[in-house]
Amino acid sequence: MANNELRYAVKQLYKNLIFLGREYPKGADYFRERCHRAFMKNKELTDPEQINELIGRGEYIIKELEALYMLRKYRAMKKRYYDTQ
Amino acid sequence: MASLRVLVGCKRVIDYAVKVRVRPDKLGVVTDGVKHSMNPFDEIAIEEAVRLKEKKIAKEIVAVSCGPAKCQETLRTALAMGADRAIHVEIAEKEYEGIGPLQVSKMLAKLAKDEDANLFIVGKQAIDDDCNQTGQMLASYLDWPQATFASEVVVEDGDLKVTREVDGGLETVKVKMPCVITADLRLNEPRYATLPNIMKAKKKPMLKKKPADLGVDMTPHVEVLKVDDPPTREAGVKVESAEELVSKLKDVGCI
Repeated sequence: MANNELRYAVKQLYKNLIFLGREYPKGADYFRERCHRAFMKNKELTDPEQINELIGRGEYIIKELEALYMLRKYRAMKKRYYDTQ
Repeated sequence: MASLRVLVGCKRVIDYAVKVRVRPDKLGVVTDGVKHSMNPFDEIAIEEAVRLKEKKIAKEIVAVSCGPAKCQETLRTALAMGADRAIHVEIAEKEYEGIGPLQVSKMLAKLAKDEDANLFIVGKQAIDDDCNQTGQMLASYLDWPQATFASEVVVEDGDLKVTREVDGGLETVKVKMPCVITADLRLNEPRYATLPNIMKAKKKPMLKKKPADLGVDMTPHVEVLKVDDPPTREAGVKVESAEELVSKLKDVGCI
Protein backbone atom coordinates (compact mmCIF):
# COMPACT_ATOMS: atom_id res chain seq x y z
CA MET A 1 0.00 0.00 0.00
CA ALA A 2 3.00 2.25 0.38
CA ASN A 3 2.91 2.69 -3.36
CA ASN A 4 -0.54 4.23 -3.21
CA GLU A 5 0.65 6.75 -0.69
CA LEU A 6 3.57 7.62 -2.90
CA ARG A 7 1.29 7.99 -5.89
CA TYR A 8 -0.77 10.48 -3.89
CA ALA A 9 2.33 12.38 -2.82
CA VAL A 10 3.52 12.62 -6.42
CA LYS A 11 0.12 13.85 -7.58
CA GLN A 12 0.06 16.49 -4.86
CA LEU A 13 3.54 17.60 -5.82
CA TYR A 14 2.49 17.91 -9.45
CA LYS A 15 -0.61 19.92 -8.52
CA ASN A 16 1.40 22.27 -6.33
CA LEU A 17 3.97 22.79 -9.05
CA ILE A 18 1.34 23.51 -11.69
CA PHE A 19 -0.33 25.98 -9.31
CA LEU A 20 2.97 27.79 -8.84
CA GLY A 21 3.63 27.61 -12.57
CA ARG A 22 0.67 29.88 -13.27
CA GLU A 23 2.84 32.82 -12.32
CA TYR A 24 5.97 31.65 -14.11
CA PRO A 25 7.59 34.58 -15.97
CA LYS A 26 7.75 32.64 -19.23
CA GLY A 27 4.09 31.67 -19.01
CA ALA A 28 2.05 28.86 -17.48
CA ASP A 29 2.11 26.77 -20.67
CA TYR A 30 5.88 26.83 -20.91
CA PHE A 31 6.12 25.72 -17.31
CA ARG A 32 3.45 23.04 -17.51
CA GLU A 33 5.01 21.43 -20.55
CA ARG A 34 8.40 21.16 -18.93
CA CYS A 35 7.00 20.07 -15.60
CA HIS A 36 4.93 17.37 -17.29
CA ARG A 37 7.93 16.16 -19.24
CA ALA A 38 10.00 15.92 -16.08
CA PHE A 39 7.35 13.83 -14.37
CA MET A 40 6.83 11.61 -17.41
CA LYS A 41 10.54 10.93 -17.69
CA ASN A 42 10.38 9.11 -14.37
CA LYS A 43 7.01 7.46 -14.68
CA GLU A 44 8.49 3.95 -14.83
CA LEU A 45 10.15 4.23 -11.44
CA THR A 46 8.95 1.80 -8.77
CA ASP A 47 11.68 1.98 -6.15
CA PRO A 48 10.20 3.98 -3.21
CA GLU A 49 13.59 5.33 -2.26
CA GLN A 50 14.19 6.79 -5.69
CA ILE A 51 10.67 8.21 -5.83
CA ASN A 52 11.10 9.86 -2.46
CA GLU A 53 14.35 11.38 -3.60
CA LEU A 54 12.63 12.85 -6.65
CA ILE A 55 9.77 14.17 -4.53
CA GLY A 56 12.41 15.87 -2.42
CA ARG A 57 13.81 17.47 -5.54
CA GLY A 58 10.34 18.66 -6.53
CA GLU A 59 9.85 20.24 -3.14
CA TYR A 60 13.17 21.99 -3.50
CA ILE A 61 11.97 23.43 -6.80
CA ILE A 62 8.81 24.69 -5.09
CA LYS A 63 10.97 26.53 -2.56
CA GLU A 64 13.10 27.98 -5.34
CA LEU A 65 10.06 29.17 -7.28
CA GLU A 66 8.59 30.83 -4.21
CA ALA A 67 11.86 32.61 -3.62
CA LEU A 68 12.02 33.63 -7.28
CA TYR A 69 8.53 35.16 -7.20
CA MET A 70 9.19 36.94 -3.93
CA LEU A 71 12.39 38.45 -5.25
CA ARG A 72 10.80 39.41 -8.55
CA LYS A 73 8.01 41.26 -6.79
CA TYR A 74 10.40 42.88 -4.35
CA ARG A 75 12.63 44.10 -7.15
CA ALA A 76 9.68 45.46 -9.13
CA MET A 77 8.46 47.40 -6.09
CA LYS A 78 11.92 48.65 -5.28
CA LYS A 79 12.44 49.86 -8.83
CA ARG A 80 9.06 51.57 -8.95
CA TYR A 81 9.07 53.29 -5.61
CA TYR A 82 12.58 53.52 -4.23
CA ASP A 83 15.11 53.99 -7.03
CA THR A 84 15.03 57.72 -7.52
CA GLN A 85 17.37 59.30 -9.99
CA MET B 1 0.83 37.68 26.59
CA ALA B 2 -0.88 36.65 23.35
CA SER B 3 -3.81 38.95 23.75
CA LEU B 4 -3.69 41.24 20.76
CA ARG B 5 -6.32 41.21 18.12
CA VAL B 6 -4.75 42.40 14.90
CA LEU B 7 -6.77 43.72 12.00
CA VAL B 8 -5.11 43.85 8.61
CA GLY B 9 -6.43 45.74 5.64
CA CYS B 10 -5.87 44.25 2.20
CA LYS B 11 -6.80 45.67 -1.12
CA ARG B 12 -7.36 43.86 -4.40
CA VAL B 13 -5.38 45.61 -7.11
CA ILE B 14 -4.27 44.94 -10.66
CA ASP B 15 -1.32 42.56 -10.47
CA TYR B 16 2.04 44.29 -10.36
CA ALA B 17 3.31 42.42 -13.42
CA VAL B 18 0.41 43.50 -15.67
CA LYS B 19 0.84 46.34 -18.11
CA VAL B 20 -1.91 48.77 -17.19
CA ARG B 21 -3.99 50.23 -20.02
CA VAL B 22 -6.09 53.39 -19.97
CA ARG B 23 -9.78 52.91 -20.69
CA PRO B 24 -11.03 54.42 -23.97
CA ASP B 25 -13.23 56.92 -22.06
CA LYS B 26 -10.08 58.18 -20.26
CA LEU B 27 -11.75 58.00 -16.87
CA GLY B 28 -9.95 54.99 -15.53
CA VAL B 29 -7.95 51.92 -16.46
CA VAL B 30 -9.04 48.62 -17.98
CA THR B 31 -9.85 46.16 -15.19
CA ASP B 32 -12.02 43.60 -16.98
CA GLY B 33 -10.22 40.34 -17.71
CA VAL B 34 -7.03 41.65 -16.12
CA LYS B 35 -5.17 39.62 -13.54
CA HIS B 36 -5.63 40.96 -10.03
CA SER B 37 -3.85 40.09 -6.83
CA MET B 38 -3.32 41.41 -3.35
CA ASN B 39 -1.53 44.74 -3.04
CA PRO B 40 2.14 43.83 -2.35
CA PHE B 41 2.36 46.20 0.62
CA ASP B 42 -0.72 44.59 2.16
CA GLU B 43 0.94 41.20 1.79
CA ILE B 44 3.76 42.60 3.88
CA ALA B 45 1.20 43.81 6.43
CA ILE B 46 -0.39 40.35 6.66
CA GLU B 47 3.01 38.71 6.97
CA GLU B 48 3.89 41.00 9.87
CA ALA B 49 0.66 40.10 11.64
CA VAL B 50 1.29 36.39 11.09
CA ARG B 51 4.79 36.74 12.50
CA LEU B 52 3.38 38.48 15.57
CA LYS B 53 1.07 35.53 16.00
CA GLU B 54 3.89 33.04 15.58
CA LYS B 55 5.77 34.90 18.31
CA LYS B 56 2.67 34.43 20.47
CA ILE B 57 2.16 38.17 20.71
CA ALA B 58 -1.02 38.30 18.68
CA LYS B 59 -4.04 36.19 19.46
CA GLU B 60 -6.13 36.59 16.38
CA ILE B 61 -5.65 38.04 12.92
CA VAL B 62 -8.61 39.40 11.02
CA ALA B 63 -8.15 40.28 7.36
CA VAL B 64 -10.42 43.04 6.09
CA SER B 65 -11.14 44.14 2.55
CA CYS B 66 -13.58 46.69 1.12
CA GLY B 67 -14.60 46.25 -2.48
CA PRO B 68 -16.52 44.22 -5.04
CA ALA B 69 -17.33 40.51 -4.64
CA LYS B 70 -14.02 39.45 -6.21
CA CYS B 71 -12.18 40.82 -3.19
CA GLN B 72 -13.00 37.52 -1.55
CA GLU B 73 -10.19 35.93 -3.57
CA THR B 74 -7.80 38.43 -2.04
CA LEU B 75 -9.13 37.63 1.41
CA ARG B 76 -8.65 33.90 0.72
CA THR B 77 -5.02 34.63 -0.03
CA ALA B 78 -4.78 36.47 3.27
CA LEU B 79 -6.36 33.52 5.07
CA ALA B 80 -3.98 31.15 3.31
CA MET B 81 -1.05 33.23 4.51
CA GLY B 82 -2.21 32.79 8.08
CA ALA B 83 -5.08 35.13 8.98
CA ASP B 84 -7.72 33.48 11.19
CA ARG B 85 -10.83 34.99 9.70
CA ALA B 86 -11.89 37.60 7.22
CA ILE B 87 -14.41 40.40 6.88
CA HIS B 88 -15.53 41.48 3.46
CA VAL B 89 -17.33 44.79 3.09
CA GLU B 90 -19.10 44.31 -0.17
CA ILE B 91 -19.36 47.38 -2.38
CA ALA B 92 -21.01 47.32 -5.78
CA GLU B 93 -18.59 47.66 -8.69
CA LYS B 94 -20.18 50.94 -9.79
CA GLU B 95 -20.02 52.45 -6.33
CA TYR B 96 -16.46 51.24 -5.76
CA GLU B 97 -15.17 53.41 -8.59
CA GLY B 98 -16.15 56.57 -6.75
CA ILE B 99 -14.74 55.84 -3.33
CA GLY B 100 -11.26 56.47 -2.04
CA PRO B 101 -9.18 56.31 1.12
CA LEU B 102 -11.65 58.56 2.94
CA GLN B 103 -14.58 56.15 2.77
CA VAL B 104 -12.42 53.07 3.19
CA SER B 105 -10.72 54.45 6.30
CA LYS B 106 -14.11 55.28 7.82
CA MET B 107 -15.25 51.72 7.23
CA LEU B 108 -12.03 50.26 8.61
CA ALA B 109 -12.28 52.51 11.67
CA LYS B 110 -15.80 51.28 12.38
CA LEU B 111 -14.69 47.66 11.97
CA ALA B 112 -11.73 48.20 14.30
CA LYS B 113 -14.13 49.50 16.98
CA ASP B 114 -16.63 46.68 16.42
CA GLU B 115 -13.95 44.01 16.52
CA ASP B 116 -12.23 45.54 19.52
CA ALA B 117 -8.87 45.53 17.76
CA ASN B 118 -5.59 46.41 19.47
CA LEU B 119 -3.54 46.87 16.37
CA PHE B 120 -4.31 47.73 12.78
CA ILE B 121 -1.72 46.98 10.13
CA VAL B 122 -2.16 48.18 6.55
CA GLY B 123 0.15 48.51 3.60
CA LYS B 124 1.64 51.98 3.27
CA GLN B 125 -0.02 52.46 -0.11
CA ALA B 126 -1.78 50.55 -2.86
CA ILE B 127 -0.01 50.11 -6.15
CA ASP B 128 -3.08 51.13 -8.17
CA ASP B 129 -3.95 54.63 -6.93
CA ASP B 130 -0.75 55.20 -4.90
CA CYS B 131 -2.74 57.28 -2.44
CA ASN B 132 -0.76 56.53 0.73
CA GLN B 133 -3.59 57.95 2.84
CA THR B 134 -5.71 55.12 4.21
CA GLY B 135 -3.51 54.29 7.20
CA GLN B 136 -3.11 57.91 8.21
CA MET B 137 -6.82 58.68 7.89
CA LEU B 138 -7.67 55.52 9.77
CA ALA B 139 -5.46 56.57 12.68
CA SER B 140 -7.12 59.95 12.87
CA TYR B 141 -10.68 58.55 12.74
CA LEU B 142 -9.83 56.12 15.52
CA ASP B 143 -7.80 58.75 17.35
CA TRP B 144 -5.01 56.18 17.71
CA PRO B 145 -1.28 56.80 17.42
CA GLN B 146 0.28 55.82 14.11
CA ALA B 147 3.65 54.54 12.96
CA THR B 148 3.84 54.81 9.21
CA PHE B 149 6.39 53.32 6.77
CA ALA B 150 7.44 50.69 9.29
CA SER B 151 10.57 48.71 8.50
CA GLU B 152 10.79 46.98 11.86
CA VAL B 153 8.29 46.34 14.62
CA VAL B 154 9.35 45.16 18.08
CA VAL B 155 7.19 44.73 21.15
CA GLU B 156 8.69 46.36 24.23
CA ASP B 157 6.94 46.36 27.62
CA GLY B 158 3.52 46.28 26.02
CA ASP B 159 4.34 49.14 23.65
CA LEU B 160 5.57 48.92 20.12
CA LYS B 161 8.97 50.14 19.05
CA VAL B 162 8.73 50.86 15.36
CA THR B 163 11.56 51.76 13.03
CA ARG B 164 10.28 54.03 10.28
CA GLU B 165 11.73 54.73 6.89
CA VAL B 166 11.99 58.48 6.53
CA ASP B 167 13.80 60.65 4.01
CA GLY B 168 17.51 60.12 4.40
CA GLY B 169 17.43 57.56 7.18
CA LEU B 170 15.53 55.71 9.83
CA GLU B 171 13.47 57.01 12.71
CA THR B 172 12.57 54.93 15.74
CA VAL B 173 9.34 55.69 17.54
CA LYS B 174 7.57 54.12 20.48
CA VAL B 175 3.80 53.89 20.22
CA LYS B 176 1.21 52.79 22.71
CA MET B 177 -1.40 50.32 21.59
CA PRO B 178 -3.98 50.45 20.19
CA CYS B 179 -2.27 51.91 17.17
CA VAL B 180 -2.07 51.88 13.40
CA ILE B 181 1.01 50.68 11.53
CA THR B 182 1.59 51.02 7.82
CA ALA B 183 4.03 48.55 6.29
CA ASP B 184 6.94 49.61 4.14
CA LEU B 185 8.69 47.38 1.62
CA ARG B 186 11.54 46.27 3.84
CA LEU B 187 9.46 45.23 6.84
CA ASN B 188 9.59 41.52 5.94
CA GLU B 189 9.47 39.03 3.09
CA PRO B 190 5.91 37.79 2.73
CA ARG B 191 5.38 34.05 2.42
CA TYR B 192 3.73 32.51 -0.58
CA ALA B 193 0.10 31.41 -0.33
CA THR B 194 0.55 27.78 -1.37
CA LEU B 195 -2.15 25.62 -2.92
CA PRO B 196 -2.66 23.38 0.15
CA ASN B 197 -2.99 26.49 2.33
CA ILE B 198 -5.48 28.09 -0.04
CA MET B 199 -7.54 24.90 0.13
CA LYS B 200 -7.41 24.95 3.92
CA ALA B 201 -8.33 28.63 3.90
CA LYS B 202 -11.67 27.79 2.31
CA LYS B 203 -12.77 26.42 5.66
CA LYS B 204 -11.95 29.61 7.53
CA PRO B 205 -14.87 31.93 8.30
CA MET B 206 -15.55 34.98 6.15
CA LEU B 207 -18.06 37.54 7.30
CA LYS B 208 -19.88 39.68 4.77
CA LYS B 209 -20.97 43.22 5.51
CA LYS B 210 -22.45 46.14 3.65
CA PRO B 211 -21.25 49.73 3.91
CA ALA B 212 -24.73 50.59 5.24
CA ASP B 213 -24.17 48.19 8.20
CA LEU B 214 -21.17 50.31 9.13
CA GLY B 215 -23.05 53.56 8.68
CA VAL B 216 -20.57 55.04 6.25
CA ASP B 217 -21.58 57.67 3.73
CA MET B 218 -20.41 56.49 0.32
CA THR B 219 -20.82 59.77 -1.55
CA PRO B 220 -17.74 60.31 -3.71
CA HIS B 221 -15.81 63.46 -2.86
CA VAL B 222 -13.27 63.22 -5.61
CA GLU B 223 -14.10 63.29 -9.28
CA VAL B 224 -11.76 61.81 -11.84
CA LEU B 225 -11.44 64.27 -14.70
CA LYS B 226 -8.99 62.43 -16.89
CA VAL B 227 -6.61 59.49 -16.86
CA ASP B 228 -3.66 59.63 -19.23
CA ASP B 229 -0.74 57.41 -20.16
CA PRO B 230 2.61 58.72 -18.99
CA PRO B 231 4.45 60.57 -21.76
CA THR B 232 6.48 58.21 -23.93
CA ARG B 233 10.18 58.76 -24.21
CA GLU B 234 11.12 60.53 -27.40
CA ALA B 235 13.35 58.69 -29.85
CA GLY B 236 17.00 59.73 -30.01
CA VAL B 237 19.01 60.80 -33.08
CA LYS B 238 22.15 59.29 -34.47
CA VAL B 239 25.00 61.66 -35.19
CA GLU B 240 27.63 61.13 -37.85
CA SER B 241 30.61 62.81 -36.29
CA ALA B 242 31.95 64.33 -33.11
CA GLU B 243 31.59 67.84 -34.58
CA GLU B 244 27.90 67.25 -35.23
CA LEU B 245 27.46 65.95 -31.70
CA VAL B 246 29.09 69.04 -30.23
CA SER B 247 26.98 71.37 -32.34
CA LYS B 248 23.78 69.51 -31.38
CA LEU B 249 24.71 69.68 -27.73
CA LYS B 250 25.35 73.44 -28.13
CA ASP B 251 21.92 73.81 -29.74
CA VAL B 252 20.14 72.32 -26.75
CA GLY B 253 22.34 74.31 -24.38
CA CYS B 254 24.10 71.38 -22.70
CA ILE B 255 27.52 72.90 -23.28
